[in-house]
This record gives sequence, C-alpha cells and structure tokens, in this order.
Amino acid sequence: MESIISQALIGVSYGLLLFMLAAGLTLIFSMMGVLNFAHASFYMLGAYVAYQISTWVGFWAALVLAPLVLFAFGAFVERWGLRRVHKWGHVPELLFTFGLSYIVVELVQVIWGRAAVPYRVPAELDGPVGWLQSFNVIFPQYRMFMMAVAIAMLVAIWLVLTRTRIGLVIQAALAHPQQVEALGHNVPRVFMLVFGGGSALAGLAGVVGGNAFVTEPAMAGTVGAIVFVVIVVGGMGSLAGAFVAALLIGLLESFGKVSDWSVATGLNALGAGVGPGTPGYEVLKLTLSQVAPVLPYLLLVLILIIRPKGLLGTRED
Amino acid sequence: MAPDSAFPPNVGQIAYKPLNFGRWVVWGFTAFLFIVMPAFFSKGFALTLMSQMGIMIIFALSYNMLLGQSGMLSFGHAVYSGLGAFFAMHAMKAIGAGALAWPISLLPLIGGLAGAFFGIVFGYLTTRKAGTPFAMITLGIGEMVFAASLMFPGFFGGEGGITGDRAAGAPFLGIPGLTFGPAIQVYYLIAAWSFACMIAMFALTHTPLGRIANAVRDNPERAEFVGYNTQRVRWLMLILSSFFAGIAGGLTAINFEIVSAENVHAIRSGGVLLAAFIGGVTFFFGPILGAIVFVVFAVALSEFTKAWQLYLGVFFVLLVMFAPGGLSSLILMNLRVMKFRKFGRLRDPYFGVLAAALALAFGAVMLIELVYHVTLNVGQGHGVRLFGFLFDTTRANAWVFATSVFLAAGAAFEYYRRRFKEQWDAVQVEIEDWIRENP
Repeated sequence: MESIISQALIGVSYGLLLFMLAAGLTLIFSMMGVLNFAHASFYMLGAYVAYQISTWVGFWAALVLAPLVLFAFGAFVERWGLRRVHKWGHVPELLFTFGLSYIVVELVQVIWGRAAVPYRVPAELDGPVGWLQSFNVIFPQYRMFMMAVAIAMLVAIWLVLTRTRIGLVIQAALAHPQQVEALGHNVPRVFMLVFGGGSALAGLAGVVGGNAFVTEPAMAGTVGAIVFVVIVVGGMGSLAGAFVAALLIGLLESFGKVSDWSVATGLNALGAGVGPGTPGYEVLKLTLSQVAPVLPYLLLVLILIIRPKGLLGTRED
Repeated sequence: MAPDSAFPPNVGQIAYKPLNFGRWVVWGFTAFLFIVMPAFFSKGFALTLMSQMGIMIIFALSYNMLLGQSGMLSFGHAVYSGLGAFFAMHAMKAIGAGALAWPISLLPLIGGLAGAFFGIVFGYLTTRKAGTPFAMITLGIGEMVFAASLMFPGFFGGEGGITGDRAAGAPFLGIPGLTFGPAIQVYYLIAAWSFACMIAMFALTHTPLGRIANAVRDNPERAEFVGYNTQRVRWLMLILSSFFAGIAGGLTAINFEIVSAENVHAIRSGGVLLAAFIGGVTFFFGPILGAIVFVVFAVALSEFTKAWQLYLGVFFVLLVMFAPGGLSSLILMNLRVMKFRKFGRLRDPYFGVLAAALALAFGAVMLIELVYHVTLNVGQGHGVRLFGFLFDTTRANAWVFATSVFLAAGAAFEYYRRRFKEQWDAVQVEIEDWIRENP
C-alpha cells in the first residue's frame, strides 16, 4: 500500500512537470498556430540558466530569474526569427524552431560542456516529507514543491487568461486578429508576449525539473517527444486535455517502471503454462518495466485508433 | 491558413512531346556523372562519401514524396529506412548462411518491401491526421520504434547492432570477382540503384496518384469535394515513400555491413528532413542537391570540426528564414533573372554581398572554432589550427582579429545586403510584370 501511494505521488509529480511543459507548448500552439519544436530545448536552457544563477545567488533567485531570462530569449526569437518566417506559413515556422533546437543544444554544450552539470536540489527541500513518513511513505520534499509550483502555474495561467485585460486581448487576437488590430492593439506584440510567456513556462519547468532529474545536453531529447505525445493525446490546443494526458502518462510511467508483470506471468497465473518454447515468447516475457519507455507511444497509437481528436480535443484534424 | 500553403504549386510540369529532348539530356548527364565520378575521386574517403550521397539521394527523394509532393511533414522517416535496413541485414545473413538464395545486388528490394510493409502498418495510423498533428505523431511513432528496437535484442542486436558480410553471396551475374566486396563495386551498385530510384520517383510525380497528391497538399478540402479520399491518398504516398526509404536502408546495410538502433533514431529522421529542405522541396531535383550538401556537412565537415552541427543548424535556420524554397529555388530564381537578361544589373551587388558574406563567415567560423577549442578541447593545449594558421587561444590577438573581422564584415554585409535587396526586388518586380503582361 505504501509503495502504491509513493509510486502514485511520483507519477503525479512527473505528470505535473510534463504538464508544465505541455502548457507552454499548447498555449503557443493554440494562440499562434506554431508548434514550437524547440520547446524542450527551452526547458533545457531553463535548467542550465537556473543552475548558473543558483551558483551565483542561490536557487530561490533562480526560480524567479531563469523564467525571466527565458521570457526575454523567447521574445527575441519571436521578434527576430519567427516573425520573419510567419509569412511563409506554418510549416516553415515549425522548421525554424526545429533548426533552433539544433543550435540550442550545441550552444548549451559549448557553454556548459557535454557532461551533466551538478545542479542540486536546495538544502531546505532536501529530504523526505515529514508527515508522509509517519504513514511509512517516503517521498522527497522537492517533488512536493514541484507539484505546488505546477499547480500555482496552472492557476496563474487561468487567472491571466480569463481575468486580466491582456488575457482578453490575447484570446481576442486568437479568434479575430484583424479586428483586434483595427481596435488599436498591437497584435504582433501580443504574439511576441505569448511566445515569450510560453518560453518562460518552459524555463520554469526547467528550473524545477532540472535538479529533480539530471541537467545534461540530452535532457531536451528525452522529454521532447513525450510532451508531443501529451499534446496529441490530450487533444491539440486543449489545456485541460493536456493536464489529463500529462497525469495519465506520468502515472503510466511511474507504475510501469516498477512492475515486473508480463503477459507470460499473467497467462501462467491462469494456468496456460507459457515457457521458452511457446511461439512469441520473446514478446510475452517482456515485463512492464521493460516496455515502460514505449507505453506513452502505445497510448498515442491507442488514442489515434479510438479517439483521433484526443481525450478532450474538439478539432477533428 | 492551411499548414502547407508555404509551397507554391509547381505548375507546368507536364509536357506532351513525341520526344522530350531536354529530359533525355538531363538524365543522360546524370547517369554519365554517376559513371565517371570515381575516375576523379578514387580515394577511399571520397568513394565512401559518394556512396553515402547516392544512398542519401534516394532517402531524401523518398522523404520529399511526403513533404514536397503531399504536404506531410514527417519527423519519423528513419523508421522505414531503418527497419528496411534491419530486414535487409537479416536477409544478408541468411544468404551468407546459405539459407536464402537471393542475389546481394537485389538485397535493397527486400529492404524496400519491409519498408513498404511498415508504411502500410504505421501509415494507417499516422495519415489519419495531416498538418502539424501528423508531424507530432510521426515523431511519436519514431520514438516508439527506437525504444522498441532496444527491447528486442534478438532481432535488433541491442546497442551493438547486427553485422553481416556483403561478399557472402554468389558473384553478380556469375562473373568471378564481382562480389561487392571492394568499395568501388559497392559504389556502382549504389549508383545503379540511386539512378533507377530517381527515375522511378520522377515518373511517379507524373502519374495520376502523384498529381492528386499535389492537390491534397494544396487544398485537401477541395480534393475531397472532387471525390478523393485524402487520407487514402496520403497513405498510398506514404507506403510508396516507405518503399524507397527501405531501399535506401537496404543499401545502407550493404554499404556499412552493420545496422544498429541508430538507424531508426530521431537523428536520422531529422537529418533527412534537413537534407530535403536544404535542397528545396518545391522542385524534384531539390532533395538530390540537398542530399549532396547534407552528406558534405555530416560526413566531410565532421572530420574537420566538432562544431559541424552548429554550422548545419545555423545554415538551415538561415535558409528557412531567407530562402524557404531551398538551394534549388535560389538557383532557379537566378536562372530566371539570366533568362530575362537582367543579371548584369545584379552582378556588382552580388559581388559585394558575396564577398562580405564570405568574410563574415570567415570571422564567424574563426570565433566559433576558438570558443569550441577553449570549452570542449580542454587539456589538448592552447594551439588551434584554423585555415592553415596556428592560433593560441590564451593570447588576445587571435580573439581580437576574429572579432574585428566578424564585426567589420557584418557591417559591410548589412550595407551590401540592402543594396542587393533593392536591385533584386526591382528586377523581380519587372519580371513579374512582364509575365503578367505577356501570358
């Protein structure tokens, strides 16, 4: 029981981190129609920048400053790169961010080296959660903090988009850009803010994710594809869908990784007598923990067959 | 806006003549190039380079059947070439063991059939979507196949991959010595396949399927109204494209005699996307050009510098920003200017802008190489050899020189770029006007 609770908590915290990434990506996609392929690279950049700042002035300053740096970087990329490409259409926009992801990985390696950097959890949050320990559940405090940051971010996005003036302008610019422009709003600048904001969210995810996991040049690649899966499974452009899908995939991964259940053991429990001689034994004997890396993609395939528009999506294509 | 509206339709391709003389000349010259190239570049390295170019040409053209001709941006094309390579390699091992009587020269066909098979399976899923979701799903499928390839070491050989011997089978046409053991024989095998695939893929663009794929790319809604099932068209194109990708994979298996999980990795998928786009996806010959440039970047340049991926990335981003039609569109735009006899006006601005660009690249490369040497070659001394000169990274003069070249050339480039753009735009407007008035 205790292990189930702790696995569930690990899954939820990982899922919430995925959601932080997916949120920025979904925001940019639904506002501008641009799939930011470099989003995971921004996440990595956020982790590295946070590491650098934390060596100078500490983690808590990095928590605030690194997203701001990423905001500036994202706004710069939009202003001097994406806006130029915008007139060619969406595919070149995607390809631009694809090329950008190559450059960011190389820059990170040049500045911080090819090995992982020692970006550590702050001392205040090191160690397991006290009150959970009394239930025999060992769960790191930092993961708890990660969940809190993600939920605070979710609330903040919702408040900004629905309760502030700029949020209303953003929503209006999405639906009727010409009309909003005619009313005197600078729509390109709104796009710049949205792209910068999405990048800042990726940066924030990097700040809290970089020390929970490993800050290394490969970290963008490991999480990038999963975030895309989250978005497709949740439904393109649906923030709520991304939330559900991220939690689902987080739980799938955390429970999959520790389970040694396989089709063979299941069949044997039913008395089928599956052994090395059975045809397809190589597939049947694979345990869940061995197939865990594939599970999110199998979920993607499943969703595409059963519900092509995604869990909470509204668009058909 | 439709996601694929970036690519203008390439009109005017169909020409009904008894004998299309120009086309015979172009294809004849291509075949001639394939045949005589080893006479000029016979060294081992150049030969492997050309072999890889031949394979990459097939791969990039097959990729362009998706991106350029059907408007499908795929991030997982290496799945089909990689799986094709694995099946070809297993067939090669079976030939070596005497369990399969099949000539090595036709091994790529097995790769192609395997590629097409997986195109049928995965394509059914991926082509349910178009546009951006298609791109994301292909990425997911690619990651899935890569993760799965490490899960079944029996078939995929785990981290180390599987190896085979290409000289195992019976000699080609029974001619003794023609075993495809020597590199030159492999080159000609690749060249023959490359040429045949080029023709086949070019012919495909003229079939009804190829034409309707263009329609699905340009206006899927209208194609549906005319009565075509757009998903079916995308699926068919993906299957055919996977077939050619599988052929490229089979040739890879023969060329390297090793296939590993790397062959289905996202880096391969990204590479073929770069190759096709650099060459230009709007014209049939674009990816051929792109494949050659890409192999030069990835194979030749990586021998000289560790920063080749940065150069490739920057080159790609600059192309996307300033010439989304790729190198082929740049060439054809200039040919059009020449055809209208207006190139003389561009010659001087061109000279200025190109000279400044060259100096700018020189300064940038120097700075990048110095930085790379300092950060990534720690412990290999302070000396770095650039353009034949030895620089010391601890002394200021190298840095000052590189920075001043970079800044001065940057300023000059901006100045000439504006002058050039003025002339270029003026010339283009004149040409467009003329075309409009004389349809």
